[in-house]
Amino acid sequence: MTIPFYVAPEQLVRDKAEFARKGIARGRSIIAVDYANGVLLVAENPSKALHKISEVYDRIAFAGVGKYNEFETLRKAGIRQADLMGYLYSREDVTAMGLATAFAQTLGAIFTREPKPFEVEVLIVEISEGGDEHRLYRVTYDGTLYDERNFVAIGGKAEQLTEALQELWKPTMTLERALEVATDVFRRAEGREIEGWEAGVLDSSNGRRTFRRLSPDELPVG
Amino acid sequence: MGPLPMQAPSPGSSFTDFLDSMGAKPTLTLPAGEKAPLAPEGTTVLALRFEGGVVMAGDRRATEGNLVAHRRIRKVFPADKYSAVSIAGVAGLAVEMVKLFQVELEHYEKIEGVRLSIEGQASFLARLVRGQLPMAFQGLVVVPLFAGFDEREGRGRLFSYDAVGGRYEEIDFGSTGSGSRLARSYMRTVYRDDLNADEAAEIAVSALVAASQEDTATGGPDLKRGIYPTVIRIGADGLEELDDSVIGPLAEQAVESIQ
Repeated sequence: MTIPFYVAPEQLVRDKAEFARKGIARGRSIIAVDYANGVLLVAENPSKALHKISEVYDRIAFAGVGKYNEFETLRKAGIRQADLMGYLYSREDVTAMGLATAFAQTLGAIFTREPKPFEVEVLIVEISEGGDEHRLYRVTYDGTLYDERNFVAIGGKAEQLTEALQELWKPTMTLERALEVATDVFRRAEGREIEGWEAGVLDSSNGRRTFRRLSPDELPVG
Repeated sequence: MGPLPMQAPSPGSSFTDFLDSMGAKPTLTLPAGEKAPLAPEGTTVLALRFEGGVVMAGDRRATEGNLVAHRRIRKVFPADKYSAVSIAGVAGLAVEMVKLFQVELEHYEKIEGVRLSIEGQASFLARLVRGQLPMAFQGLVVVPLFAGFDEREGRGRLFSYDAVGGRYEEIDFGSTGSGSRLARSYMRTVYRDDLNADEAAEIAVSALVAASQEDTATGGPDLKRGIYPTVIRIGADGLEELDDSVIGPLAEQAVESIQ
């Protein structure tokens, strides 16, 4: 009979957290910023096919950094949950708060129960009916939920991006201006050429489904 | 809200299968009894192709036996950006089927990142109708009509169904419901291959008026109350529901031309 090694819970959690953080730090980052008509999400993404930003529901979008297959599983589960709630009850009963809690609960359970935590960080963004108080929720690998205002950054360079955003972000920018700010922020935080952009908006002028993926010719080059 | 549903049935992009796996899909079973005829007992909905798209229209009346149950019910619905579905049969089941169909299409688009093809949408709708078969045998029939603009082929397409889920592509026009034969007879006399969108809408409204003259379960335009048929037009630029200010004059003209 083999005797299992004893590992202190503190040590276990620390090791898992360090492992997840390392995985996330290797990946590229994403920011979300409020502008006059909604919220703009921008990611550095060299791939044109593998998306990090996606529509979840009428006024809700999702973005994920880290391991692709892991945040993709979360994204699909989020869409399933949202569509199920909307179908069983009403479209207005699907809220970012409810979804963010579900993401937090799921990531928290995976972090404590699974041998390997998810190496991801996700954003759940919702634009408000009135157009003023948009919701930006950030959920980390261990299921911690943060409620952010005006702008938010996730991924390896999140700290540097947030610092640059504090300096450059202004309220009620146009979409064009918000995109300029976003790309400036990335260049400043990364200090190198950006290898490709992906961007999407939740814009209240888009009708019921407010999400729209920006086409390649709307995005800056490099 | 509980934790996220991380496990999905295969294929993972179907909302209907997911709903089923959660035990949340509405399924009803009825005791065995007399077989009922497999045809809807009310309604006229129709669709016809024009150059560059397809027009779909339906009356607004719901009946209970020989009574008018509702005057303003909606039987024609947008399905996604380029397709529409209309229904004849038991209203409660039909409206539920349309709701599930709409969620399924949007769900697929969000999960897969691309819209389901028109062909794929038509096939899926056939599956929903077939799932209804035990109910149909008890007389609770739902028969849809499906139309859309096929972006890959660049033309409007139109599918009719039967109560057992049979799917038939129509090349010119199609109709379902108790007044469908009357509507088809009318359309056959005036249909041309080179119709434009406005002419197609005019024919659609006139055909509904023609059906309402003979079929008591099809409601004609109610000019006094301002109740007009629902008309949807789908072309390369997407789906558009015509406003009452456009349909109103067409309906008046159609009613006036009745001999």
